[in-house]
Amino acid sequence: MGNLTREHFLDLETAPKQDLQKIIDTAYTFREVLDRPIKKVPSLTGRNIVNLFFENSTRTRMSFELAEKRLSADVINFSASSSSLTKGESLKDTVQNIHSMKMDAVIMRHPTPGSVLKLTRFVDATVINAGDGTHEHPTQGMLDMMSLHEKFGRLEGLKVGIIGDILHSRVALSNIFGLTTMGAKVTLCGPPHLIPGGVKELGVQVNHDIDEVIEWADALNVLRIQRERMGVGLIPSVREYRDFFGITAERMRNHKKEIVIMHPGPMNRGVEIDSVVADGGQAIILDQVLNGVAVRMSILYLLLGPND
Amino acid sequence: MGLSKYKGYLLLKNGKIFDPYKDRTITGSILLKNGKIEAVGNTDLPEDRTELDCTGKIITVGFTDIHAHFREPGREDKETLETGSLAALAGGFTEVCVMPNTAPVLDTPESIRFINEKAAGLPVKIHPIGAITTGQKGEGLAEIGEMVRAGAVGISDDGIPLANGLLMRYALEYAGMYGIPVINHAEDIKLRDAGQINEGELSTRLGLPGIPDISESVMVYRDLALAEFTSGRLHIPHVSSRKSVDLIRQFKLKGVYVTAEVSPHHLGLTDGAIRDFDTNLKVAPPLRSENDRLALIEGLLEGTLDCIATDHAPHTLEEKEKDFINAPCGMLGLESAFGMAHTVLTAAGASTLDVIKWFTVKPQKVLNLQTKQIVKGAPADLVVIDPRCEWTFEKENIFSRSQNTPMRGMRFKGKPELTIRAKYIFRATD
Repeated sequence: MGNLTREHFLDLETAPKQDLQKIIDTAYTFREVLDRPIKKVPSLTGRNIVNLFFENSTRTRMSFELAEKRLSADVINFSASSSSLTKGESLKDTVQNIHSMKMDAVIMRHPTPGSVLKLTRFVDATVINAGDGTHEHPTQGMLDMMSLHEKFGRLEGLKVGIIGDILHSRVALSNIFGLTTMGAKVTLCGPPHLIPGGVKELGVQVNHDIDEVIEWADALNVLRIQRERMGVGLIPSVREYRDFFGITAERMRNHKKEIVIMHPGPMNRGVEIDSVVADGGQAIILDQVLNGVAVRMSILYLLLGPND
Repeated sequence: MGLSKYKGYLLLKNGKIFDPYKDRTITGSILLKNGKIEAVGNTDLPEDRTELDCTGKIITVGFTDIHAHFREPGREDKETLETGSLAALAGGFTEVCVMPNTAPVLDTPESIRFINEKAAGLPVKIHPIGAITTGQKGEGLAEIGEMVRAGAVGISDDGIPLANGLLMRYALEYAGMYGIPVINHAEDIKLRDAGQINEGELSTRLGLPGIPDISESVMVYRDLALAEFTSGRLHIPHVSSRKSVDLIRQFKLKGVYVTAEVSPHHLGLTDGAIRDFDTNLKVAPPLRSENDRLALIEGLLEGTLDCIATDHAPHTLEEKEKDFINAPCGMLGLESAFGMAHTVLTAAGASTLDVIKWFTVKPQKVLNLQTKQIVKGAPADLVVIDPRCEWTFEKENIFSRSQNTPMRGMRFKGKPELTIRAKYIFRATD
């Protein structure tokens, strides 16, 4: 076994605290590498990694690719639109074909919960979850936690509000699992029908009053509201969502409060978050992007690199 | 192990002979010859007999399953009437009612006759269930009368709920004339939406869209109210939730004649088993909570639920290997049904004889099927059960053409060891 207690990185629900801490600690080292003029280390020289994306992604795929290249791994990219999946080939065949090209690791995104776990049964390679449907997005959860850790110097006892459509968000679920494992306090805020049943069993609070949550929280993680959910019975209108849950310039002015604002991107400016807030001094949204590369380097290194 | 024909005299020696219709047990032997019962109890024994020692075992009539999918015509790669029959015999069943969701759908007298003709020579008695609406489309009533005349024993649109309340009213009124039940998969499809597993803590943890228990119970209520209003014959298949059990109890207490079944997997498994996204556990209605499971057991013990039915639903490995959202619903049921149900229900206080009734007289009554007899001259239709046998359900116990069951590796108590119908004998153990 390598530097983590697990062979794969599939979820934050069952990942032990020591692994999460180690990923964050190691990510700081790589964060420093990213600030150097020559931003590359030879840790994964000769290792082959495939980025297998069955769902559109720009930033996560780029972030992984960059992390892999900074570690000197050999990288290939595979996306569903250009693949034979459209010709009816099964996931199993696609994956096994790619795998017979001797890959050391597979980074996979797929629209179905559990599909990445399923992949581990088809291939004998290290598997990293880059988002499986509405289940988890554990590397996003790690980069959010690293960004909070960087800002506050701790996660224990930190009060984090997660705002928006929790029901359809893999980012929310990974944040909930990771943050509660690390001892942070989490409150979910959004329209009641977009907060899943049984969520309190996960050790979080629910509060539908955004202003109370802002008063309570040290940091907010503002989720993207998908426009396709507007006007199909879930969200009456942009105006109404903004009035009741939007992180607006006016709302932040009224609170006169030190609070850290995060967003996993891509943002709908003017819907869940105003530009003034997103680009303002309280936002760490661009730090999250950079930390995303560092965290992914950290996870790849701990799973594929030399053992301690 | 497997199917064979016996020749000459066959003596089932010294078992407990249980007649589930008369609720009577005697100790003794049964002598069979040429597919018929030659003698029951003490009799002069012919020299040239084969003896099977049944000491400590129960001999009773073969089981009846009123809810199975044999996939013929159309998906013979999953199951056929013939392979389904083997699965049935392996589980102690000699009589099976097959659902009409085939390709084409069983919605005409011709298709009902196709099943009856194709199944005529098989070792298991197969009864077709016809569709309620043409093509299971929920738009217009199928030729119900003609199908009943051709041998259909009930009507159902199987997994497709009849959403149109007016059409359900008509179906209950019209089918009532023929004395057959309407079997409606009770689910509000809008409340189910894109749901995959029971809505609760686990669906939240796994990020899988949930199916709330009320998506079943609101439809159960509608159907119960329509049954009361029309005095039609309603049968509710595979009840999965406490709320539905409560509603059925209320209506039965009011004197409304309805019947309901429960599947062995809903009696024995909960959604908690789905932790690692095993598609073999994906089933409709979904496995629910422990609270629901306990309500189903209580419901059966008190008579709110009438019988056990398997919902045997074979699927190919290729289809079950798909990701969770794209994999089809359903699991095998026939081979493991008695083992699972007997294990769970005897632990909950039922007797082995109660469990036998839920597999024989009770389901037969739901569909008005012909009583079987254990008397001289009656056709041989028997199962020999070892109620104390503890066994592990394995691949070798599966005789279906498909393999989709989450029960492999599970320990059961109680096993149907021999199934006999006419001249056929099926040995479930070596």
